[in-house]
Amino acid sequence: MNLPLSSQLINLFAALLLLLAFAMLTQRRILSLINLFALQGFVLVLSTGIVAYSTNQSHLYYSSLLTLILKVLLLPWILHRLIRALNVRWDVEPLINIPATMLIGIVLVIFAFNLATPISQIAGTITKSTLGIATASILLSFLMMITRRKAVSQVIGFLAMENGLFFAATSATYGMPMVVELGIALDVLVGTLIFGVFFFHIRETFESLDIHHLEKLKER
Amino acid sequence: MNQASGIVFQVLQSVLVVLIAPLMLGWVNQCRAWLQNKSGAGIWQPYKVLNKLFHKDAVLAHNASPLFRATPYVLFGCMWLAVGIVPVLATDLPFAPAADVIALVGLFALARVFVSLAGMDIGTSFGTLGARREMMIGFLAEPAMLMTLFTASLISHSTSLVTIVETLGQREFVIYPSMAFAAVAFLMVLLAENARIPIDNPSTHLELTMIHEAMILEYSARHLALIEWASSLKLTAYITIGFAIFVPWGIAQAGDWIGLPIALVALVVKLALAGAGLALIETVSAKMRIFRAPEFLGTAFLLATLGMLTHFLLEQ
Repeated sequence: MNLPLSSQLINLFAALLLLLAFAMLTQRRILSLINLFALQGFVLVLSTGIVAYSTNQSHLYYSSLLTLILKVLLLPWILHRLIRALNVRWDVEPLINIPATMLIGIVLVIFAFNLATPISQIAGTITKSTLGIATASILLSFLMMITRRKAVSQVIGFLAMENGLFFAATSATYGMPMVVELGIALDVLVGTLIFGVFFFHIRETFESLDIHHLEKLKER
Repeated sequence: MNQASGIVFQVLQSVLVVLIAPLMLGWVNQCRAWLQNKSGAGIWQPYKVLNKLFHKDAVLAHNASPLFRATPYVLFGCMWLAVGIVPVLATDLPFAPAADVIALVGLFALARVFVSLAGMDIGTSFGTLGARREMMIGFLAEPAMLMTLFTASLISHSTSLVTIVETLGQREFVIYPSMAFAAVAFLMVLLAENARIPIDNPSTHLELTMIHEAMILEYSARHLALIEWASSLKLTAYITIGFAIFVPWGIAQAGDWIGLPIALVALVVKLALAGAGLALIETVSAKMRIFRAPEFLGTAFLLATLGMLTHFLLEQ
């Protein structure tokens, strides 16, 4: 239990990431959801920076810088503008009530931890024990996408899932190759922009952002 | 010699905490007043209130049973015993082996049962309402509290608070992610158990949403004084349990006379900071609807459980 300080800090940030994933899962307001997403991105930046520093992997510095620009500054800014343009600041209506969601979340965390333990035992990275947390936050974001009804919070869930994947890549193999990372970053950015356009179309067609209405889009 | 010093520490700590508990409450109220741009009543106000109440004549309802009369004393006794067990100033306490953290939670539960029964004893609707709400909050808060304490127990391999303090305070500084979860959960339980703002408003007894104040509405004079004092003791007890688990530095070791003044200064600084923090939390947050309370405490339980899980994942 005498880990070096960098490893302790990485573990702490991993725990914070999990905490933020749960906070997003239980959050009712869209505005706070976006702020939490930005905060999660910031924790990710810090933890990637520490991994980069302690393992001397210079490409991780670039990817943490990319995360900072994209997920902490640009995407929240776009989302803020979107919800202002769409005028959606109402409370998010979850499909399952929040205590039940939290209990499902705990089950998911236990599942993810059990799943990741054998994998992290054979890994040799200093971040190996955080793989379980990364898996858990991916699953929690997935749960958030399932339990939310409104399109905006589903997109935030999708972006949070990308955060989790990025963290999993960092903890399992010290990040993906730069080309892949750049590609994903661009995809996420373009994806969000397209989603933004979609929001307007969904609202124009159904006068609501409730994706429940999309079920009616069937050919007769 | 060692035993004698233990007894001295025990007596000193018990008396000191009982005396400064109202001061703690006064400090929290004063900070709240400052944060709300008011001048405030001063940090000595709780003592003045206690003095006033002790000099009044007690009024009892005609149908009050002996239980109603006994409850203030039981409550005060429970809380005093609780602060006697928690290592506030020193870890060398003869009382401490009497109860570990589980028994401590049981002690708080005993006090809760008595005050709820007394609330229902007179038969007014307000008392019954408050008692039912208190029991609801209690049964949700207790598991979260126990889980929080178990996280600390897992790290120090003991359920005794003294051993937890000795293990965590002596060891070189290590960041425990599980303790971060436990700390947040503990803070939520502390707010709920002490009838602080997201759950209950301590500064009014004119609301339909009140919990703690509704139960003690029928008490007056010395009984009320003891209950008020016991509430401030409970707040202090919870805050010092928090110190013992999360910031266990500065508490004097066995037979360490030089450590005692340092422990005293550390305690005062920590209490002042905690009081200001509590006032800040109460100022920036709004009171919840009573039906949101299960969600709030459910979150506390979830965080405490997550703390235990991360302990198994990250710190094994």
